[in-house]
Amino acid sequence: MTDRLTQCLTRLRAEKRTVLCPFITAGYPDMRHLGGMLMALQNAGAGMVELGFPFSDPVADGPVIQESYRLALEKGADVGGILAEVRGAREAGFKLPLLAMISFSILFRYGTPRLAAEAAAAGIDGFILPDVTLEEAPAVIEEIGRHGLAGCLLVAPTTPPERRRAIGALCTGFVYYLSVTGITGERTSLPADLSANLLELRRLTDRPVCVGFGVSTPQQVQALSGLADGVIVGSALIRCITREMAADKPDVVRAVGELAGALSAPLTANNNGC
Amino acid sequence: MSQTVVPPTNRSAADAPARRLSSSTISGMDIGGASSGVPDALGHFGPYGGAYVPETLMIAVHQLADEYDRALKDPEFRRQFEYYIREFAGRPTRLYFAQRLTDYAGGAKIFLKREDLAHTGAHKINNTIGQGLLTVRMGKKRIIAETGAGQHGVATATAAAAFGMTCDVYMGAEDIRRQSLNVFRMRLLGSRVISVETGSRTLKDATNEAMRDWMGSVEHTHYIIGSVVGPHPFPRIVRDFQSVIGQETRRQSIEMFGRLPDCVVACVGGGSNAAGMFYPLVDDAQVQLVGVEAGGRGAALGQHSATLSLGRPGVLHGSLSYVLQNAEGQTADVHSISAGLDYPGVGPEHAYWKDTGRVKYSSVTDDEALEAFELLAQREGILPALESSHAIAAAVKIARTLDKDKIVVINLSGRGDKDVMEVSRLMELRSQAATDAKGAPQ
Repeated sequence: MTDRLTQCLTRLRAEKRTVLCPFITAGYPDMRHLGGMLMALQNAGAGMVELGFPFSDPVADGPVIQESYRLALEKGADVGGILAEVRGAREAGFKLPLLAMISFSILFRYGTPRLAAEAAAAGIDGFILPDVTLEEAPAVIEEIGRHGLAGCLLVAPTTPPERRRAIGALCTGFVYYLSVTGITGERTSLPADLSANLLELRRLTDRPVCVGFGVSTPQQVQALSGLADGVIVGSALIRCITREMAADKPDVVRAVGELAGALSAPLTANNNGC
Repeated sequence: MSQTVVPPTNRSAADAPARRLSSSTISGMDIGGASSGVPDALGHFGPYGGAYVPETLMIAVHQLADEYDRALKDPEFRRQFEYYIREFAGRPTRLYFAQRLTDYAGGAKIFLKREDLAHTGAHKINNTIGQGLLTVRMGKKRIIAETGAGQHGVATATAAAAFGMTCDVYMGAEDIRRQSLNVFRMRLLGSRVISVETGSRTLKDATNEAMRDWMGSVEHTHYIIGSVVGPHPFPRIVRDFQSVIGQETRRQSIEMFGRLPDCVVACVGGGSNAAGMFYPLVDDAQVQLVGVEAGGRGAALGQHSATLSLGRPGVLHGSLSYVLQNAEGQTADVHSISAGLDYPGVGPEHAYWKDTGRVKYSSVTDDEALEAFELLAQREGILPALESSHAIAAAVKIARTLDKDKIVVINLSGRGDKDVMEVSRLMELRSQAATDAKGAPQ
């Protein structure tokens, strides 16, 4: 795991804080805004950023993220282009831990060691593996670990306790807890047993936990404060970008920054970022 | 399913396939008949297979694997499966001598394994009866499915009606257009058909949407995957239920010829009819096995669905197999005249058979398939599915090269009624193109 990610996660635990982890799609609305959006998220008080590598067949994603992936791919988003933007953002002063949400199809075809090496060199700190199961994960996590990248696996509401423990033991970054049984996308309310589930998960693993899927409002973020190390918001940000693009003079960097600021406000009373 | 239905058990051991019986065999029925040692406990066929799906689905995948293992050991489950495929689906299907097709090819004798005569008109019913019974055992009340040509959708809707479950079928908008008859059949059977407007609006996208539905409904819904694809244990389960095709062919061949066929030909999209036909024959090295993919309009990416012939190893819909995709793992557009073969992936066991050389995979074009469709209609009085027409086209070429004492079996996986409107449209386009060409200045 990179120093950047280790220090962030260690500090969050030590200070018993929760940070906002915004998700954006690499290449949506286009590649040239990626660096600016990363900086805007940093300035808005985000603690980590999750960067979605667009994929043609994302079965865990709802319509909003699906459409952003489709448009990004249509505009030619590819691994080389994304990593070039990430490298540029690092040079421009982007300091937050950056996790790539990447389908195994991309990793496998590109070559896991090759992609891990190139991603690490560009300034990515870890991979979130949305479709690598506990059974298949050990080899993948070992391979990316050789290049200093952390591996983050999913735990779902449907995951039995002993399996949650095994997944936690395998994760080298954080455990990505899915707040809902279903695909990504905004929900008007989160499951009633979410906090109990998170507390239970914290008992089963000492790995840091970030919670996502369905979280979209500052109120929901606030409700999760103290229950997890990070709260992930994705579809709401993507929808914000889409809305902004329809405006007369769109400024997606400003729009993303404003929404991230509003979402992280409940978490950043005294402390900004990671 | 009503618990009062107790299928009679009047089959004797003499009905069992004349072959070694695997550990999964209890009575005369030999579900699967595994002897090849694949998949392993995690669903790996050599390097292929496995499970690459979001964690949310793993509980259902494990539940299914556990229930299937229990069912295999339960004579009552075998009795029920046997009962429904015999009394409801009409098995065994015939192995029919295609005299006039044989004369046409002028070589080996050609036989047709008549899966088109199974209830609902294709082999798909074997799998939906099996998985439908598993759904009942798991206590789930709702079924979802994806469908391309609509044959799996119809078979699933049929099982849902027969066993008293609600059923939603995801189908690409493009396939709904070209397979409208099957859409109506599903609705008549009480199922909801959900039009999928994303991506290429065909089978791949229908599969994505079914998986997304399952992500949210996994606790009460069973997803009946229609082919030997998807995460473990689906490729194994679907193969096992479909292997009744190969077991019957094996038994019928021995009865009719006193030996096994020389060559067996089946079309391959996801690969369920081929897997079911081939699996009971993989250990018989003297039987040549040929899988036929959709060559579409040509070998350029996007023009065909010949995944094994022209693709590379990759991951799609939960398993590692051959895939048609770009250099960064993005799924490619595919094309086939046949909606059931119009798919960028293929079952992992086929990838394994390709690499081990046990099965040879070839492809035939849209035009060749269309010619074979007409050929079988006019020489045998049988309208084949466009999918199966691919196997016919390839088999005629093979038969032509073989001596008259050789035997070629074609798995006639489905009937072509569903395709007649699409074939009519294509024939009109073709005659229009011919007229235009004639009228054009030289």
